[in-house]
Amino acid sequence: MDQGSQINIDSNIEAEKKIVLAGNPNVGKSIFFNYLTGIYVSVSNYPGTTLDISSGRMGNYAVYDTPGVYGVGSINDEERVARDFIISADIIINVVDASHLERDLFLTQQLIDMDKRVIVALNMMDEAEKNNIEIDIKNLENKLGVPVVPTAAAKDRGLFELKEKIDSACRGNKIFSEDNKLNQLYKNVSTDTGSSPEAVMLLEEDESMVSKYGADYPKLREEIYTLRRKRVDMITAEIVSYNLTQNSFAASIAQYMVKPATGIPMLLALLFLIYQFIGVFVAQYVIEFTEGWFFMGYYEPFIRSVISSTLGLDNFIGNLLAGEFGVLTMSATYIFGLLMPLVAGFYLMLSILEDIGYLPRIAVLVDKFLQKIGLNGRAIIPMLLGFGCVTMATITTRLLGTNRERIIAIFLLGLAIPCSAQLGVIAGLIAKLDLFYVVVYVLTIFIIYVLAGTFLNKVLPGESSDLLIDLPPIRLPKILNVLKKTYQQTAAFVREAGPIFVLGAALITIMETTGFLNTVITFTSPLITDWLGLPAETTTAFIMGIIRRDFGAAGLTSISLTSDQITVSLITLTLFVPCIAAMMVMIKERSLKEAVYIWFGSWITAFITGGIVNLLIF
Amino acid sequence: MTLADIKYGEKFIIEKINDKNTRMQALRFGIGEGSEIECAGRLPGGPVILKKNLQEIAIGRKMAEKISIKEKEKEIF
Repeated sequence: MDQGSQINIDSNIEAEKKIVLAGNPNVGKSIFFNYLTGIYVSVSNYPGTTLDISSGRMGNYAVYDTPGVYGVGSINDEERVARDFIISADIIINVVDASHLERDLFLTQQLIDMDKRVIVALNMMDEAEKNNIEIDIKNLENKLGVPVVPTAAAKDRGLFELKEKIDSACRGNKIFSEDNKLNQLYKNVSTDTGSSPEAVMLLEEDESMVSKYGADYPKLREEIYTLRRKRVDMITAEIVSYNLTQNSFAASIAQYMVKPATGIPMLLALLFLIYQFIGVFVAQYVIEFTEGWFFMGYYEPFIRSVISSTLGLDNFIGNLLAGEFGVLTMSATYIFGLLMPLVAGFYLMLSILEDIGYLPRIAVLVDKFLQKIGLNGRAIIPMLLGFGCVTMATITTRLLGTNRERIIAIFLLGLAIPCSAQLGVIAGLIAKLDLFYVVVYVLTIFIIYVLAGTFLNKVLPGESSDLLIDLPPIRLPKILNVLKKTYQQTAAFVREAGPIFVLGAALITIMETTGFLNTVITFTSPLITDWLGLPAETTTAFIMGIIRRDFGAAGLTSISLTSDQITVSLITLTLFVPCIAAMMVMIKERSLKEAVYIWFGSWITAFITGGIVNLLIF
Repeated sequence: MTLADIKYGEKFIIEKINDKNTRMQALRFGIGEGSEIECAGRLPGGPVILKKNLQEIAIGRKMAEKISIKEKEKEIF
């Protein structure tokens, strides 16, 4: 696998040089990365984001893979990360999709404008050929002023040629040269910043550059973007000829996916399959093995015996580590035995849907509905993920456009989306009931979800952002890609949410030792018996729900309740406060004040709804 | 006429995008004032799907209302 030595690199280079792969989402960058770097690759988290950056070596070069972006800027985490790598790159391999040049060359031109040495991999040539798209590659090279190598990476075509030509990467034709005034300005600002890439970002009003160099520079984003778009349109008009044939099979499927009459049944069928995989296969069989057999059967008893023979279990520290809510026992079992398999299952499904190109089409289908509650179609991603783990989904709300949308999404996630751990217990309890009660349960939760969203949409100031989303072609999923994404996201879950679960468990042990937990139980008891019509023992189940939402539901199984009572308590428990880990993520992602509002908001909503249902069905 | 009034299969020209943020993002996707676009789908009361060659993007209803268009003579390839 030593491909690195094949390339001719000037042996006088002592300092390590950086090659950065950049391109739009889903253009096949990772195949190039894997080819160039071989098997010795390291993946590290980019601080402050859930994104991972893969890095590897090729001869004297360090090679970095960046998240897919449509342009360099600060619109989202992906762009910020890509921007930082691009600014510091020595050579950029820009991977473009040959069938989508009008879109992809915008980024290419931006990289060239940033005065970077660029080489373009004109990828997916096989698809372009299939679609009868002809591209004059020589002319494209002339227009851009940088080398262009045709490739079909998935079919292993052109990879070697690209690698051979990496050192011919050069600075291309900038748009600034078309406009004297702009060119002068660009030169002046470059002198000020001492860096051309940063100067371009500054003129394009990039947040981080504006805060670095001050806001006194001309704001030219619109002017530059328009000029760049015109140039790209001119280039594509000249070098690309489309003789598009009849719609392919994939294209007709894509059509049916976004027509409500066919799209909604397809979506429902898909959700059923996902449920079968996660709700049945992972939640029952995999969890039984990981949580039941391994963690509860071997791991926990082992830890307990170690702790009891060293520190002892009857003191505070022993309790903190290996007690009922022990950091080493309960937390570890919960994170690795229960949540991790479920979250991995969810990410596997999401990655497949993303790789196929279906995810943005779901966003289109549900956009109208989500608009009513102040969100747009894009919010379907954290909402789906919430059924896996609300804590992780709360972090994912970063992809939403505005603060307002994030508040709405986070509140709804905490309020009305039961996480997979809880869902398992709920399903077990509800299975004993008549269909009528199941309908009452599902309908109530749904109504509350819509009402709460509508309410927040009305009272929160400002306006939510609208949907603007690229619909990639429908393709078969690439297994390696899917597995890599699933792994990265699951690792991000353990890294981001793991410590929070541990902290939560510690907090609960402290609350229990100090007697605070009992005070809360005594205090809330009348509310449970009088208002909800439930036996006093259920109070403990509710309080346990604060710690882990599934604890709450699990606590109900040991109490004998009527069907009405089960329904009321399940509704109240589902709507009841998010688990302590989700709470802490809310504090971290938003603020203490907002988190407290959300916490009490859920508490109040849960009890009011539970009480009303209690009055209605009795 | 705005993008929200367009029908499936119709071809038209983008006249004006009345929102700076949308304008910037659309430019990146390859859609600017003066671009020739085809409507590749629309959901009742929901997003409009635009197509330019093989590139498809979906635009939410409110945003579509802020984009004015003019009709292009109907032609068939």
